Amino acid sequence: MPDGATSNSKRVEPRDRVVIRFAGDSGDGMQVTGTQFTTESALAGNDLATLPDFPAEIRAPAGTLAGVSAFQLNFASDEVFTPGDDLDVLVAMNPAALKVNVGDLKPGGILIVDREGFNEQNLKKAEYDRNPLGDGSLDRYQLFQADVTKLTSAALKDLGLSARAVFRCRNFFCLGMTSWLYHRPIGPSESWLSDKFKKTPELVEANIRALRAGYNFAENSELFAVSYEIRPATIAPGKYRNITGNAATALGFVAAARKAGRPIFLGSYPITPASDILHELSGLKQFDVYTFQAEDEIAGIGAALGAAFGGAIAITTTSGPGMNLKAETMGLALAVELPLIITDIQRAGPSTGMPTTTEQADLLMAMYGRHGEAPVPILAAATPADCFAMAFEAVRIAVRYMTPVILLTDGYLANGAEPWLIPDPASLPDIPVQLRTDPNGFFPYLRDQVTLSRPWVVPGTPALEHRIGGLEKEYLTGNVSYAPMNHEQMIRVRARKIAGIVRDIPPTEVLGPETGDLLVLGWGSTFGAITQAVRELGAAGHRVAQAHLRYLNPLPPDLGSILRRYRTVLVPEMNLGQLVRLIRAEYLVDAVGFNKIQGRPFKVSEIVSRCLRLLNGTTLEESVTEEHP
Amino acid sequence: MSVPGASDQKPSKKDFVSDQDVRWCPGCGDYAILSQVQKVLPELGIARERFAFISGIGCSSRFPYYVNTYGFHSIHGRAPAIATGLKATRPELSVWIVTGDGDALSIGGNHLIHILRRNLDVNILLFNNKIYGLTKGQYSPTSEVGKVTKSTPIGSIDHPFDPIALALGAEASFVARSVDVETKHLQDIVRRAHHHKGTSFVEILQNCNVFNDGAFADVTEKTTKADATLVLEHGKPLIFGKNRDKGIRLRNFQPEVVALGEGISESDLLVHDERNPALAYLIARLGPPHFPTPIGVFTAVDRPCYEDGLNAQVIAARARQQPDLATLFNRGDTWVVR
Repeated sequence: MPDGATSNSKRVEPRDRVVIRFAGDSGDGMQVTGTQFTTESALAGNDLATLPDFPAEIRAPAGTLAGVSAFQLNFASDEVFTPGDDLDVLVAMNPAALKVNVGDLKPGGILIVDREGFNEQNLKKAEYDRNPLGDGSLDRYQLFQADVTKLTSAALKDLGLSARAVFRCRNFFCLGMTSWLYHRPIGPSESWLSDKFKKTPELVEANIRALRAGYNFAENSELFAVSYEIRPATIAPGKYRNITGNAATALGFVAAARKAGRPIFLGSYPITPASDILHELSGLKQFDVYTFQAEDEIAGIGAALGAAFGGAIAITTTSGPGMNLKAETMGLALAVELPLIITDIQRAGPSTGMPTTTEQADLLMAMYGRHGEAPVPILAAATPADCFAMAFEAVRIAVRYMTPVILLTDGYLANGAEPWLIPDPASLPDIPVQLRTDPNGFFPYLRDQVTLSRPWVVPGTPALEHRIGGLEKEYLTGNVSYAPMNHEQMIRVRARKIAGIVRDIPPTEVLGPETGDLLVLGWGSTFGAITQAVRELGAAGHRVAQAHLRYLNPLPPDLGSILRRYRTVLVPEMNLGQLVRLIRAEYLVDAVGFNKIQGRPFKVSEIVSRCLRLLNGTTLEESVTEEHP
Repeated sequence: MSVPGASDQKPSKKDFVSDQDVRWCPGCGDYAILSQVQKVLPELGIARERFAFISGIGCSSRFPYYVNTYGFHSIHGRAPAIATGLKATRPELSVWIVTGDGDALSIGGNHLIHILRRNLDVNILLFNNKIYGLTKGQYSPTSEVGKVTKSTPIGSIDHPFDPIALALGAEASFVARSVDVETKHLQDIVRRAHHHKGTSFVEILQNCNVFNDGAFADVTEKTTKADATLVLEHGKPLIFGKNRDKGIRLRNFQPEVVALGEGISESDLLVHDERNPALAYLIARLGPPHFPTPIGVFTAVDRPCYEDGLNAQVIAARARQQPDLATLFNRGDTWVVR
C-alpha cells in the first residue's frame, strides 16, 4: 500500500517550499482535493496556509471560464505566512482551469493536465482557438499530460458505477498523483473517504481505488522522473489542527461564552462569505448555543440585541452589504449599552461587488457608519487562527464595557486556513459577568467607576424593573431626557467609555528593528504577506520593521511613539487607503498608503518591491494597479 | 400556580404604573388601552419582573415607558425581531410587543409576518389609528384610498391592507380585534391573548383625535355601533344589530347580511368557529361599507412555538454530547509537533 515511500528507481529532490493550486470545473471537486492535500501535508509535518477560490455561481455552465474553482496551498519546511504568490505546481482539469490559472504559474513550474479534458468542446468553452497542449504556448512549463479520465475509468471498471460517478472520482486520481509527487501520506485521505461515504460503500471503494491508481500511476509510469521531498517544518511543539478563519471565529465565540458562563445567541441572515459561522454554530447547540436564521439582516442583529437584553452573549454575523442594514441597530445597542458582537466578514464592494472575493474596505464604515456620535470598538483578526483570539476578545470587551463591538475579518481569512496550535481550554481566561440583582442604590445607568459601563440587569430580576430605549437617557436614571447639557454629558461619557478600552490593549508587537527607515503598518489579513515581505527585506539588510493592528478603535496607546521611531510608515491595505487616513488624522504622521483593490490579497513580492522603492526615496502613494497596468 | 419571585401581596394596577408622566395627546385612545392592560396584568399571576414590553417607534411605542415592568423602546419596526431574541433565550418571560399601523405594517412588515409564522409565545398589541401620528399626520398602510393627509394633499392613491387578513395570511395562531374604548371587551381580548400559547395578534382600533379623529366612529358611537359591529363569539351564530335582528349568511360562497325573521332563522347563519382558519379568512374580509366590522377572536389554533423547538434542540444536544471545549477544539484531523 502506498504510504509516502517512493520507489528507488526515481530521483528524489529536496524542496523548501511548494505552492500548489488545484483547478477545475466547480463540479470537479477541487475544494475537496485541496483540503485533503492540506491534511496530508499537515500530517507530513509541514507548515502551511491555504486559500480556496471558488466562483460566485453555484454551478456555472460546466467547462466555462466562469465555472472554474481552485484551491491553493503553500507548504514548506519553514514558516509559512501566506498561501503563496506564484505557483510551483498547477493541476488543471480542463482548458478553462488552465486559461484562468496558468498566468500564476512560475516559468519552469509543474503543470499537470487531464489530456482528455482538452477536447474540442471544452476548448471552445474556454475560448481557445487551438489546443494549448500542442501549440507550444506552454513550453516554458514542465507539462505533464495524463489520461486521467481514462485511467480512472480503468481502475473502477468492474464496480458497475455510472459513467458520471466514475468521472467524479477523477479528482482523487489527481490527488494520488500529487501525493506521490510530494511524498504525502494518502492514509488520511483514505480514512476521510471511508468516513465521508460510509453510507455508500461503493463510493468509498471507488474513490480509494482512484486515489491509489493515481499514486501508483505517478510512481510507475514514465511520466514523472523526479519526486520532491519537503522536510517537516520546525514548528512550536503542541497539538495542531488546520482551521479556517470562519471556524476559528465560531470556536472563539463558543469558548468565550463558556468562559463567561452565558449562553450564546447568534442572529444571522445567510450571506457569503459569513454563512459558515452560522453553519458551524448551529451544530454546537450542546454549548448552549442558540442560532436563529433571521428573515433579514436587520432581524438578525435585532434578535441578537433582544437576546443581549435577556442576558445572552449576543452575536450577529454578516458581510459588507449586511453591515449597511445593521447600522441602525448598532446605534441602538450603543445607546442602550448592551453587549453585542457584530462580525463583518469583509468582501469586495461596493454593493454586491464580488461576493466571493476579499477586501478590507469596511474599516471606515465600521468606524463612522452610524448617525450621531456613535463610537464602537473595532477589532480585526490578522490570520485565520487569530480569528479565534479576536472573537474571544470581542466577547470580553463587549461584556466588560457593555457595548457593541465590531469584529472585522475578511473573505481571505474566512476561507483561508492555517495550522492552529490547539489551546488548552483551562488556559483561556475567564470572562467575568456580573448580572446585577441588588436593588440597593440601583440606577439603570449607574456607571462602573473604572470602565464607565452600566450594570447588566436582565428581565426576571425582582425589584430592578426598568425601561431602556433609543431616546437619549438621563445620565444616571436612564429616563428619557432632552436636556441639552445632559445630552452632551451622555455623548461624552459614551465616547470616554470606548476610548478607555485602551487600558486593555496589550503593547503593540513590533517585528524587526526598534528604529529604522521603514515601518510597515498593517491590519487584518495582510499580516501574512507583510510578515514575509519584511522578513525578506530584513534578510537583505534593510532596516524595516512591521507592526500589525488588531485593535483599530481605540488604537493602541503605544502606537504614536512607535510610528515616530521610523523615517517612513507604509500602510498596505486592500482598499483606497482607510487605515492610513485614521493614522494620519490621529497622529499627524505622514504615513504612505499602498493599495490593492482586486479582490485578491497582496503578494509578498508586491509589498517587497513597494518597500524597496520607498527605501530608495519614492514616497508617492501607489497602487498595485499602477505597477502592473 | 406558584409564581417564583412574586411578592406576597396581591399585585394591583398601580404596581404596573411607572413613575413617568404619560405624554400622549389629551384624548388619545392610547390612554384607554394602557389603562386596560394595566388592569389585566396584575390578574395574570405572573411576577411583575417577568414581564417585558418591547416596542418600536411611534406614539404607541412609548407604551413601555409607562408600564412598570422591564421595557425596551427600540427602533422603528424592529420590536418583533428584538422580542424574538429575548423570548427565544428566555422563554419563561411574558413578552409583549406594542406597535402601531406604521411601525408593524409598513417599516416593520417583514418582521411582523415572520414572528407570526414562527409563532413565538408573545403578545402583539397593534394600535391601528390609520394614520402616522408621531410624524404629524401622513397616511399609513391602513389609510383608505383617497385619504387627504399632509403627504397626500389631493388624496392617497395607496391601496390599504387589513391587519387581520395579513396576520391570517402569515399563519398567525391567534388573531383578534378590539376597540380602544370597549374597555370590557378589550380586557377580555388582552387576557385571552396572554393565555394563548403562541403569537397572539391583537389589532386595537384606536382613535387619533388629533390627526384622524373619528376614523372608527361607526364602531364607537353609541348610535351606530350596534349596527356597525359584529361581535364574534366562538360557537355562536354571527348576529348583530341594535335589536340583534341581523346576521351573516353564506350563499354561493359569498357572505351576505340578512334580516332574521321572514323565513330566516339563526340556523341559517354562519356559526363562528375560532378553530376554523378558512372561516377566519372569510370573516376577516367583512367590514364597511357593506358589512359590520367584526371584533373578537377570529382564530385561535394550537401550533408549536419557535422557542420551544429551539430550546428542545439545545436540551437534546446537551443530552447527546457533553459541552466540552477540549473535544470541540480537537475535532477533525490533528497532529502533534514535538
